[in-house]
Amino acid sequence: MGIFSPGFVGRRRDANPLLPPGQYEVTNFPVLSAGPTPKIKLDDWAFSIRAGNGDLKAWNWETLMAQPIEQFTVDLHCVTRWSQFGMGWRGVSLDVLLDGVDTQATPYAMAGCYGGYTTNVRTSDLLGGKAWVAFEFDGKPLAPEHGGPARLLIPHLYLWKSAKWLNSLTMMDHHELGFWEMYGYNDIGDPWKEERYS
Amino acid sequence: MNEPDSAARRIPFGSIRFAVDWHMATVAEIHDETSTARSLRLKIADWPGQLAGQHVDIRVTAADGYQASREYSIASGASTDPDALVEVSIEELADGELSPYLVRGAEVGDQLEVRGPVGGYFVWRDDQTEPVQLIAGGSGVVPLMSMLRTHAAAGHPTPMRLLYSVRAPQFVFYMDELMTLAENSNDAVMLDYAYTREAPNGWARSVGRLTREEVIALTLPPSANPTTYICGPNSFVENIAMWMVDLGHPAERVRTERFGGA
Repeated sequence: MGIFSPGFVGRRRDANPLLPPGQYEVTNFPVLSAGPTPKIKLDDWAFSIRAGNGDLKAWNWETLMAQPIEQFTVDLHCVTRWSQFGMGWRGVSLDVLLDGVDTQATPYAMAGCYGGYTTNVRTSDLLGGKAWVAFEFDGKPLAPEHGGPARLLIPHLYLWKSAKWLNSLTMMDHHELGFWEMYGYNDIGDPWKEERYS
Repeated sequence: MNEPDSAARRIPFGSIRFAVDWHMATVAEIHDETSTARSLRLKIADWPGQLAGQHVDIRVTAADGYQASREYSIASGASTDPDALVEVSIEELADGELSPYLVRGAEVGDQLEVRGPVGGYFVWRDDQTEPVQLIAGGSGVVPLMSMLRTHAAAGHPTPMRLLYSVRAPQFVFYMDELMTLAENSNDAVMLDYAYTREAPNGWARSVGRLTREEVIALTLPPSANPTTYICGPNSFVENIAMWMVDLGHPAERVRTERFGGA
């Protein structure tokens, strides 16, 4: 590169091997949203998966809670450069919710949300114990600002892929872009490859 | 609540340019905004220009090669001129990594790197014809200043109203320029300040956080059909965005940009 800033030292607190490139650690779980926070009552909450053949699997709050619930601890990485470690969640694995859905025919998926947000992911990023519909953080019901009642959680991708206020998952045989992806954010969003922008 | 009709909520999408490459940049001008913030004007090589409201990644390299980068909002108005200076206004954060250097250490002539512009939703374009309400909390005024400067440069007739919540008069960014913009706007631009800790002598409003009633009184009503842009600390944005929706502003006409934790 050849350029440097003589007056800059930096804090050097970011040499943690758990930090993906270009990230810094926080402990305050920052909030980033493009619009107002939707307020959704549990009685009104619903989530559905539309399979490639048009079949619909749907859950309300009660039937989601009747699914096998996992407790898990993960690190989260936001494209705005913060990372937070060791965050404790509860949720239902997408492996459970996608059980019986022919995912071979649909390598792409679009998450849809209350409030209209969308994000596209590869189906392979939803399977294999890597993704959840999460509804509890740090021992408490997930706050609306953080996506409650329930959000998608895909910790191995930048956090904009973990859609807040999750309402639907549409399985697709073709590729489409979601909200931030249309605005130039990366199609895949792997923090370890620093896939921030398209 | 019904399932959202995703087709009806399609976002407007224009020609957004994205640059993944880092551009070499030189600090061309510096001036203090407040005792804890200053504006840097950067000459950026091969810069494609920006829309009002977009931000940039700034990367700084230490003498031993250590690098750190952060995102900052652009304060300059929209531009397509590759030679135009690009202004960023930076508030020093107590626990910050880049901001102490950028606010107190950087000097004219210093080199750093810039990537972007980034973001295409929290933007205002001068072909928008609806009234615009801007609401700033502290240094959240920066991308809104970009919109005001773009509005002024276009001599835009549409109303653009700023409600600016700030600790005290000495923490107001762009104070003189804001006054000039409003004076020269043919009444298109209106400014309202809400001081949270300390107000100028004789100021009618008592100090404190904005209340719901004040927000109703000092913002364009839903009947004016405005687009509202709110930028500031998360708790500030969260409250005000909620009030705007409660007042009857459609959620998709309220755009937010936030910093900090819940």
